[in-house]
Amino acid sequence: MSESNCILDTRALTMDFGGLRAVDAMNLKVCEGEIVALIGPNGAGKTTFFNCVTGMLKPSLGTIVITMPDGQEKEIQGKRPNVVTNYGLARTFQNIRLFQNLTVLENVMIGRHTRMKAGILGAVLRNKATKEEEERVIYESYEYLKKLHLEQHVNELAKNLPYGAQRRLEIARAMATEPFLLLLDEPAAGMNPQETRELDNLIVKIRDTEKITILLIEHDMNLVMSLSERIYVMDYGKLIAQGTPEEIKHHPEVIKAYLGEEVDA
Amino acid sequence: MSNVSTEIKPTSFLSFKELKKSLFTAVWFMILTLPIMVIKVNTIENTVEWHWNRMVFVGLLIFFGSWGWRYLLARREMGPRPRKAESERKRFNLTAILMERKQVRTPTIIILAVMVIVFPFISSMYQTNIMITALNYIILGLGLNIVIGLGGMLHLGYIAFYAVGAYSYALLNYHFGVSFWLALPIGAGLSAIFGILLAIPVLRLRGDYLAIVTLGFGEIVRIILENWNDFSFGPSGIANIPRPGLFGIDFSLPQVTTFIYFIMIGLVVFTIFLMIRLENSRLGRAWVAMREDEVASRAMGIDIRKNKLTAFSLGAVWAGMAGVVFASKTTFINPASFTIWESVMVLSIVVLGGMGSIIGIIIAALIMILLPEYLRAFSEFRMLLFGFLLVAMMVFRPGGLVPAKRKVYTFPQEEAGNE
Ligand SMILES: Nc1ncnc2c1ncn2[C@@H]1O[C@H](COP(=O)(O)OP(=O)(O)O)[C@@H](O)[C@H]1O
Ligand SMILES: [Mg+2]
Repeated sequence: MSESNCILDTRALTMDFGGLRAVDAMNLKVCEGEIVALIGPNGAGKTTFFNCVTGMLKPSLGTIVITMPDGQEKEIQGKRPNVVTNYGLARTFQNIRLFQNLTVLENVMIGRHTRMKAGILGAVLRNKATKEEEERVIYESYEYLKKLHLEQHVNELAKNLPYGAQRRLEIARAMATEPFLLLLDEPAAGMNPQETRELDNLIVKIRDTEKITILLIEHDMNLVMSLSERIYVMDYGKLIAQGTPEEIKHHPEVIKAYLGEEVDA
Repeated sequence: MSNVSTEIKPTSFLSFKELKKSLFTAVWFMILTLPIMVIKVNTIENTVEWHWNRMVFVGLLIFFGSWGWRYLLARREMGPRPRKAESERKRFNLTAILMERKQVRTPTIIILAVMVIVFPFISSMYQTNIMITALNYIILGLGLNIVIGLGGMLHLGYIAFYAVGAYSYALLNYHFGVSFWLALPIGAGLSAIFGILLAIPVLRLRGDYLAIVTLGFGEIVRIILENWNDFSFGPSGIANIPRPGLFGIDFSLPQVTTFIYFIMIGLVVFTIFLMIRLENSRLGRAWVAMREDEVASRAMGIDIRKNKLTAFSLGAVWAGMAGVVFASKTTFINPASFTIWESVMVLSIVVLGGMGSIIGIIIAALIMILLPEYLRAFSEFRMLLFGFLLVAMMVFRPGGLVPAKRKVYTFPQEEAGNE
């Protein structure tokens, strides 16, 4: 991993909730084209870390630097989520947050929001440019659905989808924002082994064909080990280890953290 | 719960157990209403009168009422799901056929249009006036629908914008002689500005908190109008507001009523047209996304602050226009026309019709305004009936009279697969 093509770089990122330090001086780097995993026991602070990076939370300390595809560097800590999304970071949620009463296609169309222009006047006048944009977005959204094998559900309400399909729709919706970095929060949670395997292929495909870098939180160790090139391990908000899957498997701290969790449970 | 509901058959409602339940409810209500329904103090003769016959009425009413209510509830619970869905689809298809198939849609629209055009010429001025009121509420309902139905923000001060519209016409006309036609856009614009003024402090609020603040806003506007005598002429209001004119033509009263009716029809058609466009636009989708999940919509790159500002101000535009028309129709306004009850009325129309459903809101507005006018006998029980109607709607048809439907898109591949 070379310094030059790092697209996400968090430096001493810290998040306090009152007295609780949920994320403690996290240094994490993601380079272009990588699939990186962030793992750790429940409550380690992984989701909170994602929330800080995507602007859902304003970190207490530290900086988050992104490098956009055009080479521009930006500090994004404390920026509002819609701004961060506009820069090209997209995410999914651990507890699925689809637009339940909208159709599958509409969910993805909303993902296109930042890449569209029409305002009030456009909507009211429905001029040629708006009409064309609308048609283009319908077409593009359908293409995103096809990529995630959801095209047969196109007009169904999101809430009526099977669980695995809902997870995939979240990914499709996030991809529709045209990110250069996709943050997936436990994408395989609740999936059966068959669906998990399909997801594995899908994520690799997204990285390879869409050229989207991926940072994922995951509990399914098989998925993490087969998918990711590098792994960061968190425990109690702190980074306790990082390295290749092989290194992590044999890392004493990691084994301790996970064994500790098992003893607790 | 589920096995209970599968056990219940409609016939089992004749069972002793169910009858006993209703009997208990009835007795309970009879005791509960005893002080207000039965005991009456005759202040002239200083005696206490006992109206036992009323107790019997209450008992019978509650007995059959509760029995019927639970019967309907149970039927809803266990109703053979697939068959019900099918019949519902059939029912929906009727509107779908009317609206979607070209051969049917065009005649439907023509018939409707003819009915709408002929109406003022075949009915009395009184009826036309009621219809104007109903049309006004359609506009208010559709405007509030932007904030509540699409944006998902519970707005209880909507009528304040109606007041802004009405007072801007009345005052501008009083001081500067501004005409109705000029006041219409000005009133709409001022309302929009007030919408933004309200939206700024409530940007961070949601749900109950938003409801309380907007409620307060509505009351503040009314109280200001009531007390700022130099500005708004206080509770005595403003009289002699001119009716709308047309190239200086001298209209008789029935003629001008018909004229206002057609202005309202024009405004309603204009509103519906814009609402349909807004609904399936980038902006409309952003509103609905915000309603569905604010956090997720932020993550999708939607600027929530801008979204709320546009929803509040655009919603206010329609209230402003309706307000201008209201002032010109009644020729007299005072703060009493803009109480919280008017807000509740418009809210009821949106909820009854179905959040986000244009057709539903139109039907609900017609029902809510026309029905009480033609059922004068029930006027005392109006609020009671509304309350009952709303509760029944929430229980049996939570989506409203005509639940909003999402747009269906077709793709070549899909069609090929279906055929
Ligand atoms: N909004 C919040 N307010 C207070 N505490 C929070 C909040 N979000 C998360 N936490 C706490 O921060 C810790 C880390 O949570 P989280 O990031 O969800 O863990 P993980 O995703 O690794 O399971 C937990 O102890 C959790 O209770
Ligand atoms: Mg988590």
